[in-house]
Amino acid sequence: MSLEEIAKEVRRDIMRTAYKGGSGHIASALSAVEIMTALYFGGILRYDPANPYWEDRDKLVLSKGHASLVLYSVLKRIGYITQKELDSFCSPGSALGGEPRLGDIPGVEATTGSLGHGLSFAIGIAIANRLDKRSSRTYAILGDGECQEGSVWEAALSAAHYRLDNLTVILDCNSLQAMDSTENIVSLNPLMEKWNGFGWSVVEINGHDLDQICTALKEDRESAITKPRIIIAHTIKGKGISFMENVPIWHYRMPNSEEMGIVRRDLGLDDL
Amino acid sequence: MRSTYLKEVYRLAAEDRNVLSLVADNGMIVYDDFKRDFPEQYFNFGISEGHMINAAAGMASCGKIPFAYTIGAFLAYRAFEFIRLDVCLQNLNVKIVGIGAGMSYGYLGPTHHATEDIAVLRTLPNLTLLSPATAKEAKVLVNYAYNINGPVYIRLGNNLKEELYGDEMKVVPGKGTVLQKGRDMVIFSTGDITYQVMEAARRLEQDDITATVVSMHTIKPFDEELVSEMISIHKKVFTVEEHSIIGGLGGAVAEVMAEKGCTAVLNRIGLNNTFAHGYGTQEQVRQVNELDVSGIYQTIKKCIQEG
Repeated sequence: MSLEEIAKEVRRDIMRTAYKGGSGHIASALSAVEIMTALYFGGILRYDPANPYWEDRDKLVLSKGHASLVLYSVLKRIGYITQKELDSFCSPGSALGGEPRLGDIPGVEATTGSLGHGLSFAIGIAIANRLDKRSSRTYAILGDGECQEGSVWEAALSAAHYRLDNLTVILDCNSLQAMDSTENIVSLNPLMEKWNGFGWSVVEINGHDLDQICTALKEDRESAITKPRIIIAHTIKGKGISFMENVPIWHYRMPNSEEMGIVRRDLGLDDL
Repeated sequence: MRSTYLKEVYRLAAEDRNVLSLVADNGMIVYDDFKRDFPEQYFNFGISEGHMINAAAGMASCGKIPFAYTIGAFLAYRAFEFIRLDVCLQNLNVKIVGIGAGMSYGYLGPTHHATEDIAVLRTLPNLTLLSPATAKEAKVLVNYAYNINGPVYIRLGNNLKEELYGDEMKVVPGKGTVLQKGRDMVIFSTGDITYQVMEAARRLEQDDITATVVSMHTIKPFDEELVSEMISIHKKVFTVEEHSIIGGLGGAVAEVMAEKGCTAVLNRIGLNNTFAHGYGTQEQVRQVNELDVSGIYQTIKKCIQEG
């Protein structure tokens, strides 16, 4: 299956799971689909499906934890959780909450949900890997709105200070936050210059172009730059569902039955 | 107590390379030996307490045992959400070491006072909360903290006074210590104000009033068994803490008394819904806030006289 086909399947799983669970931040998950597909299925992230707790694995911290649907969908595809577990999303007794929790299922490397925590946690992992002389990389996926949290910049200073070249942030830069565009709420621009100024190596890509994402991640992996790296991936919130794309209200909302008709058409879903 | 802590963490780091010392721009000179001998195990995260705690949690998720050290007021309040979510919710093996217990930073005032830290941190699931009064308690409790595979807050004061424990007396983590027995009341205390309590008890003896004094060095888990025993023996119960009387030691004792249906009267001595007044040495600030020996003595005496 091509990466494009996998990405489409991941989108379908996100919509199926959200619809069954009656919950989830759908649009936030949809913007990160290609990023996660490239990481897990594009030969980037080092993991062993037969041994989720392999000590030398790369770790991924989903700092924008509300996009858990995309993480769970990917973890199901690699066999860390079952379809039944995925179907239990947000129901009583489920290990799959709206925000991912460490220890509940394999593949969740940190509990996230309150924004502005994931990068510092990932820095702790990267420092521990360096102390243990592991070649593992640590990835953190942040949202652009999340960068309004001051803690992100404390972490950014720290990673640069410790020259954590085993750490890569992928910024899911969909330019929207809960209530409006980031530009209208609190502008983050110029984002590239900010991260550059904080001592990071910065690359900008189209976050839905799988070739661009894979190339950037492979170059990042092979790079000899002794700085932490950030890939600013420009994305579209709600990508793939015509009426959700770039519409802020879909940060929260669930589609009604009429809207689900459009979802089925957009994704070619006939089992929902 | 701080020097005891530093000695113990140095020894633990020598024995276990996973033990790390994290600081947030605090501990000039006192970490020199540690930095010299274990440079790879020392991290100064700068003035970013929340980040230090959060990164410590990430380290602990990989098997490290970080001891994150700075002024307790900045940990308990500024870093609270990081302690709650990154350390306690994930039940990670981070030791949070708050110095400047109570009003230790007397010259600086309430910005630096750890006078509500027990109250806010006591609410957190998975957290063990330790508040030693003496060097002997600190030594035992730091090692106890190391051996717990989970979050611990250690509240350290500044006292350099002579040990309250005799050679034959033991510190048992999780259990309060009866420092002396008396007839007329029980006084529960925590942290280094216990020295003032012991001295106040000696003054009361001159008035033919004797007190049982208990050091509650472990706030969480709370030794309900000992508190229950003491409140069944004594009709008058006092708590003394260099902390708000809301939610701290006094609150913890009140909870036990209420749940046990105890009818004894409880008097909580500490900061009563106020930030500490005044500036000066810790002793001077205690005096202003009636938490020095004389203040504690007078308050207890008045309560006794009023029946």
